[in-house]
Amino acid sequence: MAISGPHIRTDLESITAWVDEGARVLDVGCGEGELLYALVHRKKVDGRGLELSMDGVRRCVGQGLAVIQGDADTDLKDYPSNSFDYVILSQTLQATRQPREILEQLVRIGRHAIISLPNFGYWRVRMELLLKGRMPVTDRLGYDWYNTPNIHFCTIRDFVMLCQEMGIRIERSLILGADEKVVDAPADSGRANWWGEQALFLLQRT
Amino acid sequence: MERPVTETPALFRDCGPAEPARSIVLGKDSPLRLDSGVELGCFRLAYQTYGTLNADRSNAVLVCHALTGDHFVAEKHPVTGKPGWWNLMVGPGKPIDTDRFFVICSNVIGGCLGSEGPKEVNPATGQPWGLSFPVITIADMVRAQKMLVEHLGIRQLFCVIGGSMGGMQVLQWAVSYPEMVYCCLPIATAARHSAQNIAFHEVGRQAIMADPEWRGGDYLNQNTKPTKGLAVARMAAHITYLSEPALHRKFGRNLQNRAAITFGFDADFQVESYLRHQGISFVERFDANSYLYITRAMDYFDLAADHGGVLANAFRVKGADGVERPTPVRFCLISFSSDWLFPTNESRAVVHALNAVAANVSFVEVETDKGHDAFLLDEPEFYQVARGFIEGNAQRRGLTSTAKGA
Repeated sequence: MAISGPHIRTDLESITAWVDEGARVLDVGCGEGELLYALVHRKKVDGRGLELSMDGVRRCVGQGLAVIQGDADTDLKDYPSNSFDYVILSQTLQATRQPREILEQLVRIGRHAIISLPNFGYWRVRMELLLKGRMPVTDRLGYDWYNTPNIHFCTIRDFVMLCQEMGIRIERSLILGADEKVVDAPADSGRANWWGEQALFLLQRT
Repeated sequence: MERPVTETPALFRDCGPAEPARSIVLGKDSPLRLDSGVELGCFRLAYQTYGTLNADRSNAVLVCHALTGDHFVAEKHPVTGKPGWWNLMVGPGKPIDTDRFFVICSNVIGGCLGSEGPKEVNPATGQPWGLSFPVITIADMVRAQKMLVEHLGIRQLFCVIGGSMGGMQVLQWAVSYPEMVYCCLPIATAARHSAQNIAFHEVGRQAIMADPEWRGGDYLNQNTKPTKGLAVARMAAHITYLSEPALHRKFGRNLQNRAAITFGFDADFQVESYLRHQGISFVERFDANSYLYITRAMDYFDLAADHGGVLANAFRVKGADGVERPTPVRFCLISFSSDWLFPTNESRAVVHALNAVAANVSFVEVETDKGHDAFLLDEPEFYQVARGFIEGNAQRRGLTSTAKGA
């Protein structure tokens, strides 16, 4: 999905580390199956995928992954509650039409949800807007305003507040700054929101 | 999908002498109970196999054929001389690799290439069954296949695969005998026959029955053949297997061996000539009554109706402990973007039902302008997906790359 570049690997590595061996996993917006493949082969998970692009789906199924073509905005409601141990949404929430509804579905379908997000509160993004007065275009957010698939940006603070509002517990978080260096700060801190280029969350419905 | 048995007398028959190769008489010990309530005591199934069954009998693949298909999947057809109808899918090195898998395909019951059907002789009367043959359903076809599979000593099929009506049988297999199917590929199919499809079938049946040579279905006894009616049925059906862009690409408005239109009703256009050819060649290999029976079986197909109107219920399996679980069968549904006979939405409805029980399912829509028939044609992406799914599951099932090694 959307965000490209060499960064994606670290993001996926961290998610892989969080998932228990042999778990039941649904990867929403699984792209060409990079993460799902790693989870199935390294963590022996019972993995499924949902992907909007037919090209991505064909690549996945061609590798033996169980993936269906579908739209997170409309198709998640078909999955029964608690049918997966982990539902993963990697770098996709900002590209959905109804992020809040999606979040609700994720914690309903999975015992845990894992979400990774680009942070719109990252200092470089703020600077771009402040100094240039233009919509930020960075490595991680490499689109112009008129062609970006990312229609619902948020900051780490926005996301943390939404979780609180929805009664979703953040079990674990990981803030990655420039060059994917770990920012040693809690997710609800100002430091995380300033230095974090992206964030990973392990969530649970309370 | 057991329906109440009505008071119809059982149709037992003498099993007769030794069977020719690739054909077997089943139902000798316990009859085949049809959905209509009729019991078939002994019935013949014609079938073909390719490859070698491995020692633990775990590498069997059942291919289910479509409406006018037969069991000659991957070899020269004995009647038409044409190559096997799915030799792009089945054969050495193909997605269903006959060096690795033991492939079975049987002519459906009600068919006309050696399996029990209206064309065969009813031993009770010594005459062809004709319309006295009981009406059969997709589930009946599958019951008969199950008897064949059990006869071959196979407890679980590694894979069941088929397109169109073959895909209906695949779905029925997964629903009726989930423990006997490891993975399956229902292709260009649906969990029920749509009103439009029933309508097209009715046109075909009416064409056959309107042919005076049909003789109320008794043409075999009266030495006639409703070839005209059957040809028209085939022509109408054939249009539904293609797509407007495919017809246009192939024929456009091109004229057939002439420079100008003739102001008459000859086949001026290439597309007319093509359809006439399709109709005429079809009647050489197909029985008109069989066409009535098999189209009817498709019309009656409705998996949800057999499960309280909820398709998802068809994919729940009750364990020995009484707890309902999602079907253990692993599915890969494939549809084709220009298929208007079994459009993608029909496959998607099955996917939604499988998701609703958290079953293991993959689904791909292949982009093509070739219409419903695309599953029989050279669509590299389609075979790539099928190969990936089969390979992934073979590894998971512990099937080595050759049957001999297992």
